[in-house]
Amino acid sequence: MKKLSTRRRHPLAAVVVLLLALAATGGLYAAFAPASKAQADESAQSLAIDEGKKLYAVGCASCHGTGGQGSSDAPSLVGVGSAAVDFQVGTGRMPAQQPGAQIPAKKVIYSQAEIDQLAAYIASLGAGPVIPTKNEYGPEGSDIAKGGELFRTNCAQCHNFTGKGGALTHGKFAPSLEGVAPKHIYEAMQTGPQNMPSFPDTTLSSKNKKDIIAYLNAVNGDNTESPGGLELGGLGPVSEGLFAWIFGLGALIAVAVWVAARTAKAKKS
Amino acid sequence: MSTTTNTDSRAREKAPAGEKIADWADGRLGIYSLAKSNMRKIFPDHWSFMLGEVCLYSFIIIILTGVYLTLFFHPSMNEVTYHGSYVPLQGQLMSEAFNSTMHISFDVRGGLLIRQIHHWAALIFLAAMFVHMMRVFFTGAFRKPREVNWLFGFLLFVLGMFTGFTGYSLPDDLLSGTGVRFMEGAVLSVPIVGTYLSFFLFGGEFPGGDFVARFYSIHILLLPGIMLGLVVGHLILVFYHKHTQFAGPGKTNNNVVGMPLLPVYMAKAGGFFFLVFGVIAAVAAIASINPIWAMGPYRPDMVSTGAQPDWYMGFSEGLIRVMPGWEINVWGHTLVLGVFIPLIIFPLVLVAIAVYPFIESWVTGDKSEHHILDRPRNVPTRTAFGAAWISWYFVLLVGGGNDIWATHFHLSINSITWFVRVGFFVVPVLVFIATKRVCLGLQRRDRDKVLHGRESGIIKRLPHGEFVEIHEPLSQDALHTLTAHEQYVPAAIGATVDENGVERKVKGSEKLRAKLSEAYYGEDSQIPKPTVEEYKEITSGHGHH
Repeated sequence: MKKLSTRRRHPLAAVVVLLLALAATGGLYAAFAPASKAQADESAQSLAIDEGKKLYAVGCASCHGTGGQGSSDAPSLVGVGSAAVDFQVGTGRMPAQQPGAQIPAKKVIYSQAEIDQLAAYIASLGAGPVIPTKNEYGPEGSDIAKGGELFRTNCAQCHNFTGKGGALTHGKFAPSLEGVAPKHIYEAMQTGPQNMPSFPDTTLSSKNKKDIIAYLNAVNGDNTESPGGLELGGLGPVSEGLFAWIFGLGALIAVAVWVAARTAKAKKS
Repeated sequence: MSTTTNTDSRAREKAPAGEKIADWADGRLGIYSLAKSNMRKIFPDHWSFMLGEVCLYSFIIIILTGVYLTLFFHPSMNEVTYHGSYVPLQGQLMSEAFNSTMHISFDVRGGLLIRQIHHWAALIFLAAMFVHMMRVFFTGAFRKPREVNWLFGFLLFVLGMFTGFTGYSLPDDLLSGTGVRFMEGAVLSVPIVGTYLSFFLFGGEFPGGDFVARFYSIHILLLPGIMLGLVVGHLILVFYHKHTQFAGPGKTNNNVVGMPLLPVYMAKAGGFFFLVFGVIAAVAAIASINPIWAMGPYRPDMVSTGAQPDWYMGFSEGLIRVMPGWEINVWGHTLVLGVFIPLIIFPLVLVAIAVYPFIESWVTGDKSEHHILDRPRNVPTRTAFGAAWISWYFVLLVGGGNDIWATHFHLSINSITWFVRVGFFVVPVLVFIATKRVCLGLQRRDRDKVLHGRESGIIKRLPHGEFVEIHEPLSQDALHTLTAHEQYVPAAIGATVDENGVERKVKGSEKLRAKLSEAYYGEDSQIPKPTVEEYKEITSGHGHH
């Protein structure tokens, strides 16, 4: 030890350290470097990017610019990440049919493979949120009640108590969350599409997002039951009031007309 | 003496049990004389006269189901953890009020059905009162001697609104909690005393731990107690005044044509009660109302979109939603006009319709008793006012549900808000004018029908080639019905110069009254009904086309 420390100011010491560092790095690289199969993946990835770029040039470039830099009609896509592409294109919002207060979801026109290629291309423009894995949005290990609490705290003010949707200003709206795929809900929270704020993992952890998805599935999913009968849209007192007037009072007036029409006429004549 | 008593008692022994009981009761309650005068009481038959019954029966249904709910509801805001059978709320913190309502909904036998009957019946009760009130309004049934009963009915409607509001707030769910917060905001906006009032109401800072218990006693005791008293008074007055009727052959201002209370009317009314109960129970079994499990427990840091009150409070929501957020600062105090002005207008909307009968009787100077109902068309100004009021109310309801209108009709919420802001002032005026024109048109049609008969749709060609439509003369009954209404002349300002030639001062109110009276009964406000001479002239043979 002493020997080493006395020579530490030797003119060649830096060279030795550098050599050692290089050897360590090289050794570590050799140990951990992706195998040749990974090399193939790399080329598949670049192939996807190339394909994505072609799709982009046809379907997206007219608004978002040839390099994803954006234009007066559409925002820049640099750094939005693959999750944003998967959400926007995967729910049919993009490509947009027409500009407006908000681009609504519509029929999806790209296959999932094409969407992945587009996503790969956009992701290559700059780092951003990545498409979540099934592990992240799947139902395993989720807490429905906690998700409900989080939903009411963060989401209900726009999307309604159970995600039936609601109005925003100037024709914008928070869409209904009925029938939206868990992956897309996760991506929406992650990326904050259109008028929605984003909830990155620093705000709403991955576990929290999973809880919210589980809650939505429980109260607004395919297997959700309405214990009280017809849900009337789940919109609260407006639809209930309309129902009370039309079917409640309407039926009662019909009954009243019926009763009044049946008078003891036999005695009269 | 003793023999007669014996035969008497023997006769009584032989009498059927029913008679014995009746005798027993008569000796103590005097039911014979009561029954004699009331059993043959006559009620006229018309479906619109049964709207009041719908109100009465739904009120009874609300009381019956409400009693059941009190057996299980805990009016407490103590915090508990949910361990009931609804999974998505497991382990959540909530007030005991919410917890017990969840318990009623999921774990009490028949609890959810009773809850839904209670709530649906409340919505229908208020809707029925609204329609009943409009029936009374448009037919002029509020005129002397029934003004007090009109006010009783109006008070029932207003108290019903607040009973509904307090009941809706009891489960302490996120939707109703938002409503209570809304109310707190309105109270806070009152200058000077607002904060004190709010602290008094909630026992401190909102939401505090008191309001559920306080609303509970208001909801189940104070307001329903007053309402029950008013209902009894309302019914006694209906009995005392006797029911109004539509004009028709044999019906005069001094009689009532219809069915006797016993047995016909009692049977019908009793049966109708069960029909009303049946319809409400069916609605409650079919459709969900106020699913508190979907809304979750109230927490002041949470809110949902689509947070509206039940329909009868919707117009107050509309007032707040469309009011610009004006605010002024005076000497370091903030006056929130954006909330305070709606709070002032809120009662005025209701008062506008409540005071109308008194304004009408002042303007028209009509102090006589009326037991024959008006057809709305024959009183164009009143009908137009009523229609304008309803449109005003409806415009505010649109404002209260502006978000639902926006999402369901793909409109901008801002455009709807602006429509309501403008419509608040403009729509009632347009509706007033249009309704008046429609009424006058219908009066002309009636006049035509009386003078020329009913259009038969049969076209006849005369020998010289002219085509005419055959008009069939109306029956005497129909003629009577169409011409039974009285037509008034506008009340003019009396002589301004007395017999000695001394001029008197004409007060401003007198001038206003003359002007309004002209608007009521002037040339532009009614079509003169056909006279007997006109009818004879036209039907005497010549001049028929």
